[in-house]
Amino acid sequence: MAIEYLGLSSINGPLVILEGVQNAAYDEIVEFTVDGKEKKLGRIIECYEDYAVIQVFEGTTGMSLTNTHTRLTGHPMEITLSEDILGRTFDGIGRPIDGFGPIVSDTKVNVNGLPLNPCRREYPRNFIQTGISAIDGLTTLIRGQKLPIFSGNGLPHDQLAAQIVQQANIGKDAEGKFGIVFAAMGVKYDVAEYFRKTFEESGVSSHVTMFLNLANDPVVERLITPKVALTAAEYLAFEKHMHILVILTDITSYCEAMREVSSSKGEIPSRKGYPGYLYSDLASLYERAGIVEGQEGSVTQIPILTMPNDDITHPIPDLTGYITEGQIVLDRNLHGQGIYPPISVLPSLSRLMKDGIGEGYTREDHQAVANQLFSSYAKVTDARSLASVIGEDELSETDRQYLTFGKAFEKEFVGQGPQENRSIIETLDLGWKLLGLLPKSELDRVDTKLLDKYYKPADPKDVAAAAE
Amino acid sequence: MSEKTGVIYGINGPIIYMKNAVGFKMSEMVYVGKEKLVGEVISLQGDTTMVQVYEETSGMKPGELVYGTDSAVSVLLGPGILNNIYDGIQRPLEKIAEQSGKYITRGVSASGLDEEKKWDVTIVVKPGDKLHGGDIIATCPETPSIVHKSMMTPLIESATVKSVKPDGRYTVLEPIITVELPDGTTQDLTLAQKWPIRVPRPSLKRLPASEPLVTGQRVLDTIFPIARGGTAAIPGGFGTGKTMTQHSIAKFSNANVIIYIGCGERGNEMTEVLEDFSKLEDPQTGNKLMARTTLIANTSNMPVAAREASIYTGITLAEYYRDMGYDVAIMADSTSRWAEALRELSGRMEEMPAEEGFPAYLASRLSAFYERAGMVTTLNGLQGSVSIIGAVSPQGGDFSEPVTMNTKRFVRCFWGLDKALAYARHYPAINWMQSYSEYVGDMSPWYKEHVDPKFISDRTEIVAILNAEDKLNETVKLIGSDVLPDDQKLTLEIARVIRLGFLQQNAFHKDDQNVPLKKQFLMMETILKLYHVSQKLVQQGHPMSVLRAEGIYDKVIAIKYDVPNDHLEMFDDYSKMIDDFYQTVLEKNA
Repeated sequence: MAIEYLGLSSINGPLVILEGVQNAAYDEIVEFTVDGKEKKLGRIIECYEDYAVIQVFEGTTGMSLTNTHTRLTGHPMEITLSEDILGRTFDGIGRPIDGFGPIVSDTKVNVNGLPLNPCRREYPRNFIQTGISAIDGLTTLIRGQKLPIFSGNGLPHDQLAAQIVQQANIGKDAEGKFGIVFAAMGVKYDVAEYFRKTFEESGVSSHVTMFLNLANDPVVERLITPKVALTAAEYLAFEKHMHILVILTDITSYCEAMREVSSSKGEIPSRKGYPGYLYSDLASLYERAGIVEGQEGSVTQIPILTMPNDDITHPIPDLTGYITEGQIVLDRNLHGQGIYPPISVLPSLSRLMKDGIGEGYTREDHQAVANQLFSSYAKVTDARSLASVIGEDELSETDRQYLTFGKAFEKEFVGQGPQENRSIIETLDLGWKLLGLLPKSELDRVDTKLLDKYYKPADPKDVAAAAE
Repeated sequence: MSEKTGVIYGINGPIIYMKNAVGFKMSEMVYVGKEKLVGEVISLQGDTTMVQVYEETSGMKPGELVYGTDSAVSVLLGPGILNNIYDGIQRPLEKIAEQSGKYITRGVSASGLDEEKKWDVTIVVKPGDKLHGGDIIATCPETPSIVHKSMMTPLIESATVKSVKPDGRYTVLEPIITVELPDGTTQDLTLAQKWPIRVPRPSLKRLPASEPLVTGQRVLDTIFPIARGGTAAIPGGFGTGKTMTQHSIAKFSNANVIIYIGCGERGNEMTEVLEDFSKLEDPQTGNKLMARTTLIANTSNMPVAAREASIYTGITLAEYYRDMGYDVAIMADSTSRWAEALRELSGRMEEMPAEEGFPAYLASRLSAFYERAGMVTTLNGLQGSVSIIGAVSPQGGDFSEPVTMNTKRFVRCFWGLDKALAYARHYPAINWMQSYSEYVGDMSPWYKEHVDPKFISDRTEIVAILNAEDKLNETVKLIGSDVLPDDQKLTLEIARVIRLGFLQQNAFHKDDQNVPLKKQFLMMETILKLYHVSQKLVQQGHPMSVLRAEGIYDKVIAIKYDVPNDHLEMFDDYSKMIDDFYQTVLEKNA
């Protein structure tokens, strides 16, 4: 029994108000028919006895107060899922756009998801080797982690994400049961195309599910895109026991869309006009990563966000950093120097690293090397600022050694080729080689035992070469 | 349950409205809709009643019913609270998982305590005894670490014991004692009692702060100590180590009971605490840490209204154990998420915002929360304390935002975390120039008596050296350290020893993660002795380069690893080593 309501009582930006509606539920999906032909979907975001406020996914263009029929569907936003979604491409709200027809299955899942019970989570400990030294060595990615890339416009975050996808051994000990879920929110066509091509070239296309809401697609629709994508990822990981890597790009567009809807609802803004629930809303995305106790399968998230004006204290990166388990920060300066990947090491962090590395996971000295590299590189910054005041020639011998180390570290450790795939052992050995440029007494973060085992002062030849 | 009901008129996220519903009280607990979701009345305006719902409201419809309960949102207090993990309104997550699997679904009802389990109860009153509210009526071993003492609820002012059951095994809801009230009616008492979460439990008298909550962290215990019954805030941007610091305190502090509130934080973090604390040993008792711990997990993706409640649930549990005469420490991670929950709900209620969209009552709510800490004489004459350690997550790491500013007004310890220290992996990244503790003066008699008479003067000297270094660093930034005179170079060198060897602490090293006060004191003594000896040498004209060449500074830095916590006699060797160093320098450069 589908009652249709004719007409609307007001339209404001992406929101419409429908009066006299009976039996509407909060968060329910409604279907509009505009002018008898065009179909649109909407979601009830406030509902009262006699009227409901509805957010229209496709935008309200073309709708008038009289030409619209509204039908309640009786259920919240759902998506049909089966294993067949692998290798397919959908639009931002989960409708196939690759011409292979709809997904046929009885499994319909509410896209809002439910919080995982902390008692049933398993603490992630499995190291994922990405082949990128700055990540593996210093901000190790762990299976089941959410580790965002904080980037800026024009920086090679897409290339980095693609390299991670190509090289990461997500399903190494899982007999290839792995998959990738890719969600694009308001990104340019070229970006989506770049990822599609990369997936194709590396031969993983049949393991990839893509949800695309491009820059010219309806803005409100992208509020649903990551939810749909994560619902698909959770289904594959926790029902079909696959290891899933989720790439969400670009979180900034998602937040912009949220701000737009919030302001048309007339909500009280908090910082920079974003709604007060930005944190809760982002958390409802990011928290949908992890591992369930006693089950095969995992969801690992790599969200990409472009920091507006490269400002890490902007509400979007700021709140993201408070929710995610670390961050990989890209730096315009390094990029300018031609270093790829331009990972700014000091503000980058992986919170789950401490339990997934060391003996039995990577190598006994991993934590010590990482700490020492961080600490020594922090001193490079001090030496550089001193050098900029008093000139390099006036520096003490130790400070000059730090400058040499800093240069070599950026060039050899952080920098690597876009195709270069280094094993963790290579990465750690490289770390020791660079630490050899510093005198032993400067290495204050390493146990004496490890120092004796691994430390080797650099050849004067290498020092000279590094100083070049 | 009363028959009072209302009809839902409107729904806006976690807030629902009722029109013309009469008889609901402020803070009353209600059940909302067909699924009987738990909610609380938060506003009564004319004919509109507003309720905040502690669960997702998706799919709820206007016209569904709201059922009143006539009682405020409460927790059930009794044995079984420890070694447990709850959501924000005291539902055991383990029970929820048994009912609904890996996801937390809606409308699950689960009692805060295991109502089936029988406890080994010893009754400590006899017929004819006069009881007052808060008096202990029975005890039972709750965990290997904690003896649970059930009390007569403070809501009953006085009563006479009429009959008691024999000692034996009882569940939390079985009557064990019958008392006669002054008006002649009788009432059954059980092991458990209910208490509304927003009402502080009464105590007899507040006591002044006098002894420290020892945490095993040097920068806290020695430099910025917190008292038992004290309050501290840990503000810091993301990645500066708020959570790690709280974990360390929860693991190593000498409180009897730990209440860990994960308020709007990561799910994996709570899982980590749960896994770790079930395995690790409590350094005080040797039992598992969970035997003295209760976790309250309201992760960031769980409903926002329950996040607001979780802080109150936590502090009520803490006050209950305080009333048994225990020292309780609360870790609230993070109070900013709680403040944001207030903001979100306030926004949905269309209240007038104050700073940055936070409601105007933010400050009064924060102060009311922190004032529930304290060392007290309980109603039954014991002494107990609640210490609150609240993490603050300032937006953009900027300490001038409303939550940090207001928190600063109500806490007496401020442990400011610093991004630059964290970037250099100096942990705990507590900035010694920004942080402070107002308890140092109050507690110096305790340190003098229980650790060493020189403890406080040593601490003062260490702090003075760090301050001097900070000033010198301004100069060094401009001209480099090479051109400084030797006495200033020495100050820098000793400050380096203090920073690396004393302030910095390795949470993963077995000897360094938890350091007894005695060792903290001896470390200070050794560093200062080295300082004084070096000063003498510098005054005699020996350059710093000569002093440094002996390698003694790095040896002192390594004390934290090289001297095991149970071999403090090794400090004598260091003392001798410093004397030898003095002689060697003199001889070599005579």
